[in-house]
Amino acid sequence: MVESYLRQSALAHLGLEARDQSGQEGAQVRLQEKVLPAAVNLRGDPSDEGFLAATHQALGVALPLEPNRVESSERIAVLWLGPNEWLAVSHDDEPTAESRLAERLREALADSHAAVTEVGESLACIHIAGPRAADVIAKGCPLDLHPGAFTAGHCAQSHIAKTAVTLHQVDDAGAAAGPGYDLYTRRSFSDYLWRWLSDAAREYLGA
Amino acid sequence: MLLIPCPYCGLRSETEFSNGGEAHIVRPENPEALSDAEWAEFVFLRDNPKGVLLERWNHAQGCRRWFNVARDTVTYEILAVYPMGAAPPALDRRRVV
Repeated sequence: MVESYLRQSALAHLGLEARDQSGQEGAQVRLQEKVLPAAVNLRGDPSDEGFLAATHQALGVALPLEPNRVESSERIAVLWLGPNEWLAVSHDDEPTAESRLAERLREALADSHAAVTEVGESLACIHIAGPRAADVIAKGCPLDLHPGAFTAGHCAQSHIAKTAVTLHQVDDAGAAAGPGYDLYTRRSFSDYLWRWLSDAAREYLGA
Repeated sequence: MLLIPCPYCGLRSETEFSNGGEAHIVRPENPEALSDAEWAEFVFLRDNPKGVLLERWNHAQGCRRWFNVARDTVTYEILAVYPMGAAPPALDRRRVV
């Protein structure tokens, strides 16, 4: 039997909900935690047609084969991590969302040479958005986030302030709220990254 | 900042990579038959050319894949990038700028 345990956000101790970062007047950057992503790491051979078809059927979207790209639907985003590695993420709060997603993939891939690993509970997701969001990230990240090089639907693994981060741009610079990025980092680094981002964003927070 | 072209992810900052030392060092098939000097040569001694050096790099904070790089140790110019297991491209190894 699986023991029950306390499932809680990696940033729960910061009391972010009580602080509510969202509504500051004149803020050009907004930081927000996306609690407990359901995430599954997927390895397999993209030259195998059966593998591509099976994952497409199980995920509802095709795997992105072009480097640094994301294929997404309303329910799920599939990030390219490497030539034979992807991360499927869903921001479904339901506790079994991740195991159900992994189960669907495992069933579909029973005959393929592939690996399906649940990784959501090792990750924390910080969402940063606003007209100056890219400037905040650029203070500690070597990626070129200029709209000419990086737009919604792009992803990259890199580092922010020396912390390994998987970055997924979800909203374009043209969006009403400005560009938005989901930053996935290790749970144990999330407190540090949150504090670093909060500090880097201070000059853009308005009065 | 040095930009390194990861063969999988494209141009990325040097800070995302870790250097894996000289490439194409082949482990001796029969280590027991080697003299201490030959074993030391395999374990410790590496080329240190002023010019083109073939190196292994790992995109440690990116896709985590290994690949080979031909880099000029004088100018830091990256002359070629090729996958693990591939033969090095033809380059003038004694090129010194």
